[in-house]
Amino acid sequence: MTIDNGVNVQALLDARDVLKGAPEAAQFTWRAQSTWSNGVHSQTRIQNFFGLGAEQTHKSEAVFDADHPEVFAAQDNGITPIEYLLVGLAGCLTAGVASVAQNRGIQLRSVEATVEGNHDIRGILGADSDVRNGFNDVRVTFTIDADASKEEIEALVAQSQKRSAVFDALTNPTDVSVTVA
Amino acid sequence: MAGRVTTVVIGAGHAGLAASHFLSERSIDHVVLERGDVANSWRHERWDSLRLLTPNWQSRLPGLPYDGPDPDGYLSMGEVVGLLDRFASMSRAPVQAGTTVTSVRRSGDGYRVVTNQGSLDARTVVVASGACNLPAVPAFAAAVPKEIEQLTPFDYRDPSTLADGGVLVVGASATGVQLAAEIRRSGRPVTLSVGEHVRLPRTYRGRDVLWWMDASGVWDQRHDEIDDLSRARRLPSPQLVGTPERVTLDLNALSAMGVELVGRWAAVRDGRALFSGGLRNVFALADLKMDRLLATFDQWAGTGTEAGPSERFEPTRVPSSPRLQLDLRGGEIRTVLWATGYRPDYSWLDVPVVDEKGRLRHAGGVVGSPGLYALGLPVLRRRRSTFIHGIEDDAREVIAHLAHHLATSP
Ligand SMILES: Cc1cc2nc3c(=O)[nH]c(=O)nc-3n(C[C@H](O)[C@H](O)[C@H](O)COP(=O)(O)OP(=O)(O)OC[C@H]3O[C@@H](n4cnc5c(N)ncnc54)[C@H](O)[C@@H]3O)c2cc1C
Repeated sequence: MTIDNGVNVQALLDARDVLKGAPEAAQFTWRAQSTWSNGVHSQTRIQNFFGLGAEQTHKSEAVFDADHPEVFAAQDNGITPIEYLLVGLAGCLTAGVASVAQNRGIQLRSVEATVEGNHDIRGILGADSDVRNGFNDVRVTFTIDADASKEEIEALVAQSQKRSAVFDALTNPTDVSVTVA
Repeated sequence: MAGRVTTVVIGAGHAGLAASHFLSERSIDHVVLERGDVANSWRHERWDSLRLLTPNWQSRLPGLPYDGPDPDGYLSMGEVVGLLDRFASMSRAPVQAGTTVTSVRRSGDGYRVVTNQGSLDARTVVVASGACNLPAVPAFAAAVPKEIEQLTPFDYRDPSTLADGGVLVVGASATGVQLAAEIRRSGRPVTLSVGEHVRLPRTYRGRDVLWWMDASGVWDQRHDEIDDLSRARRLPSPQLVGTPERVTLDLNALSAMGVELVGRWAAVRDGRALFSGGLRNVFALADLKMDRLLATFDQWAGTGTEAGPSERFEPTRVPSSPRLQLDLRGGEIRTVLWATGYRPDYSWLDVPVVDEKGRLRHAGGVVGSPGLYALGLPVLRRRRSTFIHGIEDDAREVIAHLAHHLATSP
């Protein structure tokens, strides 16, 4: 019986082989373009990126509204910027679970993740200099229904973290430069 | 020194000596060039308290099985040197000590081997110069503040030579866990930075875990049977230590001793060490992998093996809130000890067979240049290849290939 999680693992494995010998083609740049609207509301658009040695385009432009909730005395035109990190983490780990499952011949029936980031907002308010601005910790809980043992499912989730871009970006420091053009 | 010889073997560790043993068996004239003495790495590149992590019955070499009184013990460094000396004299290995190879290059139908004692022409060359010639240290070591002393396992002999105060041990393979434990026992506060690692209990179901690796055939897995060979070749050494009490030295044991665990050291910024927040996952990966291996043993054992009942070990305990940074200027840490692995040195090899990562390109020890061979590299032909007891089969097969090359090329 062939299993199908809808991931073209062969294409990924082929890409890995090709890019092993062509590190230049593996260099991607992801881009977002944001515009201030009003208050703490901004709109960020994403359509183009660079990769495989050329400019690339998503099928369509995606638009993301970021704002603060009403409890912050804002308009709530969209989720808060730090919540976008949860979106990224959930999306990345879930994609990883599906890909690893496909590669290991495990049929998935459902994959749900609950992602929680604990945040002490005294940091961003400057109310306590010992409190950091970002998350204190992030917890992800997966509920997975699949043709696999508990250990195999735990291994899927562990391997997905091991190969996750967003997990790495959140758990390891990144050199970030912000300049004025 | 000048002239011609059929085969030059570079290095008189157990790998080069085993090559010599099989060359002699086939009456192939050869010389073993060694920059120091027989067993040079064991004499000069190991710390004082080190014992092998492989049990004595595995300290066997071609024609030299272990015949001492303590098959389940672990050799000290002095004893390893004694073993290799005995092997060299027993197999009458033509070792030329104090001879450093400075260049090997293609010449005619063979190779020109240049040393600090002159040159030799050889039809075939066996590279047995070791996989661990240099400590591998990450580039950000350069950003560690000057007031902190940085050491590698090559510099370290025993805790008494360390400054009083905290020690940050980086890396949790066999070297890292052993040094963290020893330094902690000297009374110094120890922080251990943990990346991906291989967890193993010392004994399983009443037997040395390496007995299981051996008996169940895991260690015999051949290079051409392994799915991801390049990954297998990069696998860090297992968290094992050889002690008379056969203790397990995993991260739980270290935590219980008061060693503080932090994530993989990722960067230095403004004099602070920044550690990965992914500690839980490296624990989970290692625990799951260990359990899979133990399940393989159980399955292999079935009901027919004389061994105790199946066991599972406590998962690695996650510290309640592992530190993500450490101020290297604060005085808490006086010494950083890089147990971040070792790498080979091929700076003398003037044949284009080394990849961009500095590793020799080869298939089962047959290097991609006719007449050039390698021994003693990770998973060269089998999972056990880098270990002392892994050399016999590898060396026999590689020397058989070499003999065939001599017989069939003009
Ligand atoms: C800390 C540590 C602990 C280990 N513990 C165990 C263990 O418990 N059990 C086990 O089975 N294995 C163990 N190993 C793995 C392995 O057995 C050793 O690395 C062993 O030394 C490898 O033997 P070798 O002959 O391949 O290389 P080496 O022993 O390193 O021998 C290579 C020789 O080549 C010489 N040489 C290098 N370059 C040149 C040159 N240019 N010219 C001339 N001579 C040269 C060196 O001086 C050296 O004598 C351990 C390794 C390390 C690093």
